[in-house]
Amino acid sequence: MTVLTVPIAETASASITRRTRVLRRLRRNPLAVVSFVVLALAAGIALLSPWLAPYSVDQTDFARVFVPPGSPGHVLGTDDLGRDVLSRIMLGARASLQVGLLAVATSLVLGVPLGLAAGYFRAWDAVISRFTDLLLAFPFLIMAVGLAAIRGASLGNAAVAIGIAQIPGVIRVVRSDTLRLKSLDFVAAAVVDGASDLWVLTRHILPNATSVILVQATVAIPAAILGEAVLSFLGLGIQPPAPSLGTMLATAQQFAARAPWAAVLPGVVIMGLALAFNVFGDALRDALDPKGDRR
Amino acid sequence: MSTVSAPVLEIRDLSVSFPTETGTVSAVDGVSLDLAPGEIVGMVGESGCGKSVTAMSIAGLLPGSARITGSVRLNGTELVGARESALRRVRGQEIAYIFQEPMTSLNPVLTVGRQIGEVLQVHERMSRRAARARAVELLTRVGIPSAAVRVDAYPHQLSGGMRQRVMIAMAVACGPKVLVADEPTTALDVTVQAGILQVLRDLRDRLGTSVLIITHDLGVIADIADRVVVMYAGRVVERAPVDDLFAHPQHHYTAGLLSASPQPGRHAGTDRLTEIPGLVPVLSSQPDACTFADRCPAADARCRDSAPPLEGHGGTDHLAACWHPCSMAHQEANR
Repeated sequence: MTVLTVPIAETASASITRRTRVLRRLRRNPLAVVSFVVLALAAGIALLSPWLAPYSVDQTDFARVFVPPGSPGHVLGTDDLGRDVLSRIMLGARASLQVGLLAVATSLVLGVPLGLAAGYFRAWDAVISRFTDLLLAFPFLIMAVGLAAIRGASLGNAAVAIGIAQIPGVIRVVRSDTLRLKSLDFVAAAVVDGASDLWVLTRHILPNATSVILVQATVAIPAAILGEAVLSFLGLGIQPPAPSLGTMLATAQQFAARAPWAAVLPGVVIMGLALAFNVFGDALRDALDPKGDRR
Repeated sequence: MSTVSAPVLEIRDLSVSFPTETGTVSAVDGVSLDLAPGEIVGMVGESGCGKSVTAMSIAGLLPGSARITGSVRLNGTELVGARESALRRVRGQEIAYIFQEPMTSLNPVLTVGRQIGEVLQVHERMSRRAARARAVELLTRVGIPSAAVRVDAYPHQLSGGMRQRVMIAMAVACGPKVLVADEPTTALDVTVQAGILQVLRDLRDRLGTSVLIITHDLGVIADIADRVVVMYAGRVVERAPVDDLFAHPQHHYTAGLLSASPQPGRHAGTDRLTEIPGLVPVLSSQPDACTFADRCPAADARCRDSAPPLEGHGGTDHLAACWHPCSMAHQEANR
């Protein structure tokens, strides 16, 4: 009988725990480290912003409107009402991160089980997929207005509305991956070994679908941050004078020619956060892949 | 051995048909088969003859559209028409399967130890730690070196032969009475194949597992099986102890199969093997005839009018479904 020997490096990596392996891979990937640091910094600033911010977000100073960045007392300048842009970005990032995470959590909690069920159980597929079509056809803004009418306009309700609007995307991605996975031999082998449907779904299909779910989530977080800007601009989200990155961007557009920094800076932060989420999501997906040791 | 103890698996008159747009296709037609404890039965036949459908129907693994009649009894318990929950308990615990594709039959994101362990967790409610220890034991038993290390390996870190060993370890984890191996060595090198067959033989010897091995490779059958069932177009055409079958095939299809297999020294002066003329018939046609009649050198009107029963010709253990079984003289002429 022939026995192929496994290279020593791989054998060694196989004997350590999964968590250690994933963490080590993340540490070795410079992009992962940088994006993680950016996200950690953003999260830390967001959490501590009420104490870190040099000014109160609604403290106006009409003697000093449109002060450019770099001015004494206002590192990132002021806006049309003389409010400190740095302070508003700090608190705005807090609101935006909350919306992003809450919205994505909502869409994943509801979308992943529905997507799994639609992909796995043929009988449910028709119902769930039609529900998906319905959600997609339903105008997002009208749903958000409806939700705000029922439950009041607030950051949380805006996040839930965005999350609901993102459910169809999650369902479709998870469903298609489930369809692919359920036709694979190891799923058939599990059924042959007497595994129940729930066991197959949670132990075989969900872990293999993690990568597409992660990618979907990292794309959805920045989308939710921008979606919040739309809702808040219409008065359905966060209520002024409380800032979010999206509302800052939206309101600063009116005077973008006069004070471009008031629009550009929150935009840069949104872009930075979106990029960091995407890069970190990709790195995490690679690190979770058992075959990822080659990289 | 096979005649002494009661069979662990009894298949009686099993028929499976599938409704299609062009009418019902009968994939398996009246198959009967016994599997004694510790016996290895080989099932041969070409692609599409109903081998795999027979195997899948044993544990109710066919899609819902399949119409199954007849009886499959495992230790006296009827499995045809049994409830899904009952079948689920039987699968993995009483009957286990090994398939052809070891490359894709393992979950790529779980270590092999976890995959073997989960069968134990499902059926024996074992703790994760106990299941892992048992997985190492099982891997050792199927001949995987340094099993304590390999238990944490992912499938892609193992070769095809090793993966098939892992599949066998999973299959026998709960000590099944019957192991159905559907083309277990087809995707593997000949040397690896020999190792896998040795593992199966080992399991039979040590655990008394009965094995139904399905293959189109007569070499595998000759190597491992105690008895052989030859299938053609959904029917059993011949059933015999392995040596008997190879020495004195009774059915012309079996004889054709044997002469179509290369054997050292038999093909001097020609580079062509003797083939069976014609093609496998469409499964829905000719219910009341010998399915092999159109390709058979000995066929006459009777063969086209009525299907021959499976009955003894060259001894009680040797059954063939043929009106004109190969005579000994015919045999000699064939060689």
